[in-house]
Amino acid sequence: MILPYFIVIPLLAAFLISLISGKKDNWAIILAIISIISLLIISIVGFIHALDNNVVYNLSGWDIPYTICMVMDSFTAFMLIIIHLIALTSLVFSVAYIRHLSRSWKYYSLFLLLIAGMNGVVLTGDIFNLFVFMEIALFSAYALVAYGNRSEEFEASFKYAVMGSISSTLILIGVGITYSAFSTLTLAKIASQVPETNPAVVNWLRCIFVVGFGLKAAIIPFHAWLPDAHSSAPAPISSMLSGVLIKALGVYVIIRLFFSVFGMPVAFGILFKVLGSISILVASFLAINQWDIKRLLAYSSISQIGFIMLAIGIQTPLAVMGAVFHVLNHAIFKGLLFYNAGAVEMYIGTRDLKKMGRISRLMPVTSTTSMIGTLSVSGLPIFNGFFSKLLIILAAIQAGATVSAIIAVAGSVLTLAYFLKFQRYGFLGNEEPQPTGEKISLGMKTAMVTLAILCVLTSILIIPGIKENTLTPVVNDIINQADYIRLVLGG
Amino acid sequence: MIIYVLCFVLFLVGLYGVLTKRDLIKIILSLSIMEYSANLFLILFAYKKDAVFAILSKGENPVMVDPLPQALVLTSIVIELGITAMLVALAIRLYQKYNTFDITKIRRLSG
Repeated sequence: MILPYFIVIPLLAAFLISLISGKKDNWAIILAIISIISLLIISIVGFIHALDNNVVYNLSGWDIPYTICMVMDSFTAFMLIIIHLIALTSLVFSVAYIRHLSRSWKYYSLFLLLIAGMNGVVLTGDIFNLFVFMEIALFSAYALVAYGNRSEEFEASFKYAVMGSISSTLILIGVGITYSAFSTLTLAKIASQVPETNPAVVNWLRCIFVVGFGLKAAIIPFHAWLPDAHSSAPAPISSMLSGVLIKALGVYVIIRLFFSVFGMPVAFGILFKVLGSISILVASFLAINQWDIKRLLAYSSISQIGFIMLAIGIQTPLAVMGAVFHVLNHAIFKGLLFYNAGAVEMYIGTRDLKKMGRISRLMPVTSTTSMIGTLSVSGLPIFNGFFSKLLIILAAIQAGATVSAIIAVAGSVLTLAYFLKFQRYGFLGNEEPQPTGEKISLGMKTAMVTLAILCVLTSILIIPGIKENTLTPVVNDIINQADYIRLVLGG
Repeated sequence: MIIYVLCFVLFLVGLYGVLTKRDLIKIILSLSIMEYSANLFLILFAYKKDAVFAILSKGENPVMVDPLPQALVLTSIVIELGITAMLVALAIRLYQKYNTFDITKIRRLSG
């Protein structure tokens, strides 16, 4: 019965903040941090609980065809942990970073609405409800991208909002077709009826949802909004968007719809492999050209999402494990790297790699943690990125998809290339720049150090013994469609 | 069947507007047209000829319109109102910053 709290707590806190805080943001910060910590704790408790028995909650106690249900299996709980982990560090980072923009409570209110929306998307078992929560999350994302009040931010936010509405409209049409084909909106009930339905309709639906949620996940032909939106947003929001939002709204929903609901025929597996491969290669080449750190990181996000899509396309349990593990790892190291970019922007006052020079002596914490982030995104051993990429490449070889494996290896090397550029020009350059901004506060350092430690620490999830209790149940819950249907519908 | 085609044409009109117009306000209007076509599409699925509203139906097996898509459309209209308000607010701020509604002149970010 803990499931509604994941939505009630952030929503309540978001509106309480607007009531209790006056002009200052002190109460807003305290309330936001308390609610995120409590959510992190109950999501960890929920994950431990979901290992043995998954939970279904029917809103208002109605039975399945009439109600909106919430489902928590271990995959959901895993995503919730990622969301709240990144949200907590992001909040700690925000306190100092946002105060140098403005001292308003509005940021925290919007932030908690973003969390409420994402939790809803991840938890819900009803396709229209998913659409509604997705819109809540996107609303606050549009507003937060424009939070810094500069002209580029409004431009990026407008672009993001237009692209987001086009994809939402497509998804709404998809929901309409789903309802007319299956006469139900509950995901599990749809899943149980897929075998008896006309395959042409189901394939048509799959196409619509690939485009709709592909736009949210920013796979390559649909990526145009991401570099602008993610590079213009304030740093903690960039890390939330890049680290969590594109995964909760894009990757999670694609995995849920294609593994648990509609099923994935071979043709769609190939489609995902192709889209993933294009994303990896094209985004890497685009990233090499960038001189703005945050744009470089944003393109790198597209390329890492490509790895996840590639792994989803391969479909074997090992590949799915790689995908899920990469979701976690990417959230951690991309969050960390965006914090580094934010810290540099705040202290040195620039995001241009050409103007950065030798920062390592001025900002030891930032440059050390950015080095850890770089090593783990490029996939060097003992850092978490290495293991998830290794899993994906191994799974590709095992499944006989040699081309995919070669592309993944090439993408890994290209990642190393553009992150070496990031380090060489950004942190280990020749000239020492003049700091113009404020000092990096303790909160920002804490956020960076926490994620840097997690970059190494999450590698232990792959060790046999720990793996069986963390990643394997998640993969099992994704792959066993019959279990998902039985869990929700009973019997 | 023809009515679904017309609905799809409405969607395409909206999409054409979003993709080709240069004026921020026209883009917002086209987006609204697109969203209306999605709403219309949902209502059309539920429509049955000579049927009544669910609450007005009488007898054992009444012919009634499915009320669920109408409830969904109500929700989605509210969401679209929010999106439109958000976009208009952004357009106002963009006008204050750039003094124009022309997107070809609002180009500080590139590809």
